[in-house]
Amino acid sequence: MTMRDISGNRGRGLMKTIDWTLVVCYLILVLVGWANIYASVHSSEPASIFDFSCRSGKQFVWIMTSIVIAAVILFLINPRIYEGFSLPIYLVTIGLLVAVIFLGIEVKGSRSWFGFGPIRFQPAEISKISTSLMLATVMSQLGYKISKFRDFVITALIILVPMAIIVLQSETGSALVYVGFIFMLYREGLSGWLIFMVGMAILLFILTLTASPYTAILVMASVASLCICLYSGRFKKWIFFGIPAIAIFALIPQGLEMLAEAIAKPETAEAAGTGGFVSRINPLYILLAAITVAIPFAVLQAFRERNRFTYLALISTVAGIALVFSADFIFNKVLQDHQRKRIEVLLGMKEDPAGVGYNVNQSMIAIGSGGLTGKGYLNGTQTTYGFVPEQSTDFIFCTIGEEWGFVGSTAVILLYVFMIWRIIRSAEHSRESFTRIYGYCVACCIFMHLFINIGMTIGLMPVIGIPLPFISYGGSSLWAFTTMLFIFIALDRNERKYF
Amino acid sequence: MKLNRENRLLIGLCTAAAILVARLFSIQIVEDKYKTDASNNSMVYSLIYPTRGIIHDRNGKILVGNKVSYDLMVTPKEVEEFDTLALASILEVTPDFIREKMDEYRRNRRKIGYQSVVMIKQMDPKTYMRFAELAYKFPGFRGQARSIREYPFNAGGNLLGYVSEVNAQYLKDHPDEYRAGDYAGMTGIEAAREKDLRGEKGYNIWLRNSRNKIESRYRDGELDKEAIPGDDITTTIDAELQHYGQMLMNNKVGSLVAIEPSTGDILTMVSSPGIDVDMLADFGQHYNEILSNPYKPMFNRAVQAPYPPGSVFKLVNGLIGLQEGVFTPQTRYPCSMGYHFGKSKLGCHAHKSPIDFEESIMMSCNAYYCYVLRAILENGKYGSIDEAMDKWKEYVMSFGFGQKLGSDFPSELGGFIPDSKYYNRYYRKGGWKATTVISLSIGQGETGCTPLHLANLCATMANRGFYYIPHIIKDSENVSIDPKYKERRYTMVDTVHFNKVIDGMYRAVNSGFGSGGTASIAAVKGLDICGKTGTAQNPHGHDHSVFICFAPKDNPKIAVAAYVENGGFGATWAAPIASLLTEMYLNGEIGEDRKALEARMLEGNLLDRVKTSK
Repeated sequence: MTMRDISGNRGRGLMKTIDWTLVVCYLILVLVGWANIYASVHSSEPASIFDFSCRSGKQFVWIMTSIVIAAVILFLINPRIYEGFSLPIYLVTIGLLVAVIFLGIEVKGSRSWFGFGPIRFQPAEISKISTSLMLATVMSQLGYKISKFRDFVITALIILVPMAIIVLQSETGSALVYVGFIFMLYREGLSGWLIFMVGMAILLFILTLTASPYTAILVMASVASLCICLYSGRFKKWIFFGIPAIAIFALIPQGLEMLAEAIAKPETAEAAGTGGFVSRINPLYILLAAITVAIPFAVLQAFRERNRFTYLALISTVAGIALVFSADFIFNKVLQDHQRKRIEVLLGMKEDPAGVGYNVNQSMIAIGSGGLTGKGYLNGTQTTYGFVPEQSTDFIFCTIGEEWGFVGSTAVILLYVFMIWRIIRSAEHSRESFTRIYGYCVACCIFMHLFINIGMTIGLMPVIGIPLPFISYGGSSLWAFTTMLFIFIALDRNERKYF
Repeated sequence: MKLNRENRLLIGLCTAAAILVARLFSIQIVEDKYKTDASNNSMVYSLIYPTRGIIHDRNGKILVGNKVSYDLMVTPKEVEEFDTLALASILEVTPDFIREKMDEYRRNRRKIGYQSVVMIKQMDPKTYMRFAELAYKFPGFRGQARSIREYPFNAGGNLLGYVSEVNAQYLKDHPDEYRAGDYAGMTGIEAAREKDLRGEKGYNIWLRNSRNKIESRYRDGELDKEAIPGDDITTTIDAELQHYGQMLMNNKVGSLVAIEPSTGDILTMVSSPGIDVDMLADFGQHYNEILSNPYKPMFNRAVQAPYPPGSVFKLVNGLIGLQEGVFTPQTRYPCSMGYHFGKSKLGCHAHKSPIDFEESIMMSCNAYYCYVLRAILENGKYGSIDEAMDKWKEYVMSFGFGQKLGSDFPSELGGFIPDSKYYNRYYRKGGWKATTVISLSIGQGETGCTPLHLANLCATMANRGFYYIPHIIKDSENVSIDPKYKERRYTMVDTVHFNKVIDGMYRAVNSGFGSGGTASIAAVKGLDICGKTGTAQNPHGHDHSVFICFAPKDNPKIAVAAYVENGGFGATWAAPIASLLTEMYLNGEIGEDRKALEARMLEGNLLDRVKTSK
């Protein structure tokens, strides 16, 4: 570092401080997207890739404008202003999110788009950026501690308010992305147990729907007892008493059924009566009774040992039981019809390849038919005849999977992983917590989009219409991700300038 | 490497990526379920449409069934030189028609590719047989069987509803459920129970090559899915009775509704003129014809027409007055050819005077109900006429008026019952009094209700004070109805008050000609019909003829409402029609002494009297 660098207020040279690796990653992804959008709209009579009447031509315009946006962010805007402006930006975004419910145009049953003539944009896209900036601002304040109740509530509100409004716009998919911020919160000191609990809640929900409430509660009770025993060093005890107890309970439903049949066999009226009685016993109540009996003992023990962990575990267990019993309600009343169907198909509760499952089935056939190396660029058969709907937007990964095969799609995923990895590393290395927190937010958003979108095309996730960052067709999404990423690159550059 | 939170998250990131890659590995490399064969083939789903569920009447007769019809399909790429004239004569079309079609296919050959297109929809079986014999001469042409609706009874298009191909708007309203080319019930029962009737589509999977040509079955059809036929449903309709009602209302404009009082089952629901069932099966073809009919056959008058109830409404006012205690059945009011207030008068017909309550129903005296309504609205119990008016509305609504009844039949109209707010807006507050709204007493003025409301009123009378929400679907094996249809809905009037009203209704029908009873024409020996006539004033032409009746008096089996537009007095058209329907339902035939009446009703034509907008 020379004297001039320190004395001059511009620091190290402009071009030298930009993280070119990230920029190159970005450019590769954008170009991959463009090429595949062309492939997906390319039909038997191909137009030029620059033809503005088709999507690849339009995407070219979006890419060019995105590069302009990136340049503006890098060279014209002082990255120091973000911290000061994050509150107004956040509030304006919330205003837009609310306004779009009333003023927006309706696209596929949800009001989340503003339309100005041919140009449409979705405030939800911006809100990811403004929420990230807001989080970074608040959480980098001196004395902020996520374990403090007040700070935690503020942080949660910053995330939940836009999320709730987006749910009201019936864009549940976009709202799901905000769940990703939990990883950032974890990095900033949120208890890992919270993530564990969220995971358990999802598992319970799925188990209740696919297996039975009985199974769900049994699994939860096993996990809770294991946790309690592990925490208080009674692992051996758990193995000797816990496992057999769980095994017995696992057999009860079948046992009851067999008993009922056995009694009903001698076809006398009385016996049939008792058989009917046995078959009317719901094994769930036996399990619940056992848990109700067990809880006071656990409480007593916790009281003796002054063990707060056991209390919390017990409260969680009770909350879990409540969740199991309300799962049906949430599933049938809170979720909308089409969302419910998508989850049913994903969980294998219903097979419906020609209906709701159509998209996913077609998309998996397209990707599956790609094989190891793919059919070659523009040679896809599934994706060129328009079997896959939404193919240049949400299902763009199908084209990649079919034409570039396992090799190509893995490469794309690895590129994303590399990008996220690099953002996290840079974030960790930065001196300012604002940059670090913002960086984590960016990483979380890209990760959530990546996992949900690709997971959806290969049948791991329910069909949730969110784009693949940088690759999917669409101006508003490309601009938003570009802005988001380049604000981070600019912040990061600021770090490198002086250190 | 330390296991700090950053690294844990990075490990998580890699795990997630590994899950994605592993899944890709499994579907792209390991499993062959998702592979098509090496020659770049792709799968094509050809849908198999399920047959729609059958609609039964209450006695198990088929109201709507299915039959097979044939579409003539053409695969232009496979068509060779053929004898246009021969084909035209077989299909009974002009040679030009075929030439035009073939030209059209040639123009669109890129779009069509190797696909088949429909040339003629729904050929009649005879034509198809002729074609099938000679089909070998016409490669590229084939018949495709399709299940279409069949209607054994003329139960009326508005009741049954039609099925047609879904349009863009429908697809938008039902995302994920339908695709272009699907059929769905659009009106009537077909729409009300679409979810049960439609069934589930199946599909065959075919392989096609990259030139879009179908080559073979995918895995010999192992993964194909059969279509699941729609559930059959049972309606509350009595097919024979519906058919008879349809005939009675022929060439008249109006509606005829019959309800079983003890269940709320709708036995008959006629809206006339209706859509002929012959047109229903191929609704698209007749659509313009139906739409341009000046009598608006698509308009289901039974549930959608807002009519003034006319004198039938006196029953409601009488009951409210009794319940409120503003008069007693023994109260006598005078009538001198009407009710006089100030310089105005609400006219009435000639009958003896003064009369008591029962007689007022029997003779349908207008003046009597002016006194009653005035007593209700000027009741000292309430602070103001506003309050009394709103109480009155509350009573009327407890009979089901002024709101959708909540039946399972689609597009029901709520009708209208005014309240104090309405008149305050119209006349300003304090600017109106009981005499201003006096026409409400005889069911004229601002009241509007549908024939279904009237039939429901009649059922309420028959039940002495409660009704079941009228409904059209019955519980059956596959379909269970909403429990709300099994709940009794009580009016705000006590059961005791109904007996006097019913005695009046009985005397209106059964007092014999010359007694002053308004509905003697509706009397049928042994049936104990109780009824009430109505003549709804119509400023645009002949008055509307209205009649409600139920029978027998004790333990009633049927409650009927007839509304004949421009029919004149209630006793002229509506009363004979409603009583014939009742007689047919209870006796299964029309007595000899009433055959002449029946013939007059069946042949009567009132269409000329109806003003059409055309």
